[in-house]
Amino acid sequence: MDPLDMRLDGNAAAGLLMDIFGHEMTADVTICGACRAENPIGRLHVYAHGMGTVMRCPNCGTMQMKVAQIRGRYFVEARGVRTLRVSR
Amino acid sequence: MERGAVLGRLTWQLAEVVEVVAETARVRSLALRVPAWPGHRPGQHLDIRLTSDDGYQAQRSYSIASGPEDPRVTITVEKIDDGEVSPYLVDELRVGDRVEIRGPIGGYFTWTATDGGPLLLIGGGSGVVPLMAMLRHRGASAATVPAALLYSSRTYDDVIYRAELERIMTADRSARIVHTLTRSQPAGWTGFRRRIDRDMLAEVAPSAADHPLAFICGPTRLVENAAETLTELGYAAARIKTERFGPTGG
Amino acid sequence: MSTGFISRGFRGRRAAAPDASRLPPGQHLDPGFPVLSAGPTPRVPLEKWDLRVDGKVARPQRWTWEQFLALPHETPRVDIHCVTKWSKLDTNWDGVSLDTILEPAEPIGAYLIAHCDGDYTTNLSLEDVTDGKAWIVFGYEGDPLPPEHGGPARLLVPHLYFWKSAKWVRRLEVVDEDEPGFWESAGYHMRGDPWKEERYSGD
Repeated sequence: MDPLDMRLDGNAAAGLLMDIFGHEMTADVTICGACRAENPIGRLHVYAHGMGTVMRCPNCGTMQMKVAQIRGRYFVEARGVRTLRVSR
Repeated sequence: MERGAVLGRLTWQLAEVVEVVAETARVRSLALRVPAWPGHRPGQHLDIRLTSDDGYQAQRSYSIASGPEDPRVTITVEKIDDGEVSPYLVDELRVGDRVEIRGPIGGYFTWTATDGGPLLLIGGGSGVVPLMAMLRHRGASAATVPAALLYSSRTYDDVIYRAELERIMTADRSARIVHTLTRSQPAGWTGFRRRIDRDMLAEVAPSAADHPLAFICGPTRLVENAAETLTELGYAAARIKTERFGPTGG
Repeated sequence: MSTGFISRGFRGRRAAAPDASRLPPGQHLDPGFPVLSAGPTPRVPLEKWDLRVDGKVARPQRWTWEQFLALPHETPRVDIHCVTKWSKLDTNWDGVSLDTILEPAEPIGAYLIAHCDGDYTTNLSLEDVTDGKAWIVFGYEGDPLPPEHGGPARLLVPHLYFWKSAKWVRRLEVVDEDEPGFWESAGYHMRGDPWKEERYSGD
């Protein structure tokens, strides 16, 4: 298997983000804190590690968000996102 | 969107399998009757959850293959060797069985006729599924937006929805279906016989001057290469939508 | 966890455990070796690879790949247990004991942070990685450790959940206080003993 196949995209995190934030998030735009690249969440590189979901900037690889789901609670780290642009 | 509407989509509900269609040797479509289905946009997916009798659960996402005009919600599943969920859905599930689903989910990778075009759809393998929902919706809503599907499969027998795609091409002058078969081709095949590359896209893709909307879905490498090439051909980055599709656990 | 509708005939992929006493609570055997990744597989040419021990130590250490391979090896055979509930029994590794790596550094602190290529970190107590309990391994089942499983070298700390066996380890920083790493700061247990089922913080 192509190792690139281990990598998903933000569409794969759509359900998780909707569970947490109560909104469809994949079209919202993140601005990376490390490289300033702008990308809709649907285009982030997502690694669905069994322990949690890690979302990375497709331009520089810096982690944007990390989500772990633990006994019905979510631990969300989003330090890598400089700005989140949300359209409703 | 109303919070109640969102919560409805996040709630697991029971769907009933009403039809099963063998698309190819490894791919099967399941038409579901979902009592409280709120409707969906082409490109969205649903989640399926299976529970064994000892409480063990597995959950996977599948793109919806049907357009919103179809009263049944259809998914198309490719069986992954050593998979955990797909072998059950492809080999075991029968008409009359019920299965837990929730959805629809997704907002970025969606298209409805009001979004306009022209439309360029690029699919690799089972990545064609959400693109088929778009084509079916386009047909059912009698949209005249020109559409081109560039569809990469390994062999002729691996082409999903082959007959229906032929019918679309024959019946609708504004829809083009272009196949490429990358591993082997039947005798007399005059179509493309290689992986999608820049020359192929330059030939098939609508001109960037027409401001097309592109949707690319398939294995990561195909998606990345096609998106980069379209950018080089002048497509606006915001008008290229991608979805990586493929085994994520089976 | 909600109960869910029982799906007729669904079993999942699990294998039956031949010897249940070897499985910590809540674990099942997996016939394969799942690859869990939080990022792209790092690719470091061996001529650029090094391993360092620093922080609260009397003598910081550094080994190049050749120097590291020249250290005395061991071939531990161990069971491994992932917090995502799969276990693998009798896995065979080739590597250098952490006693060999830490002793020359003369650690002063009681904990360490393992820093890895790809921005991953995990925290361990020195007590959990000394006296033959841990290794830095470069071989798996007789072959060089594949990159997707942590090659060229990863930590192996089999008596704790496998997220502590950090892939692509490059630096052990000895510290005075236990500091949460990549998963520990996201709700997972600071120590992770599978026999006490220490999966999450507060367990």
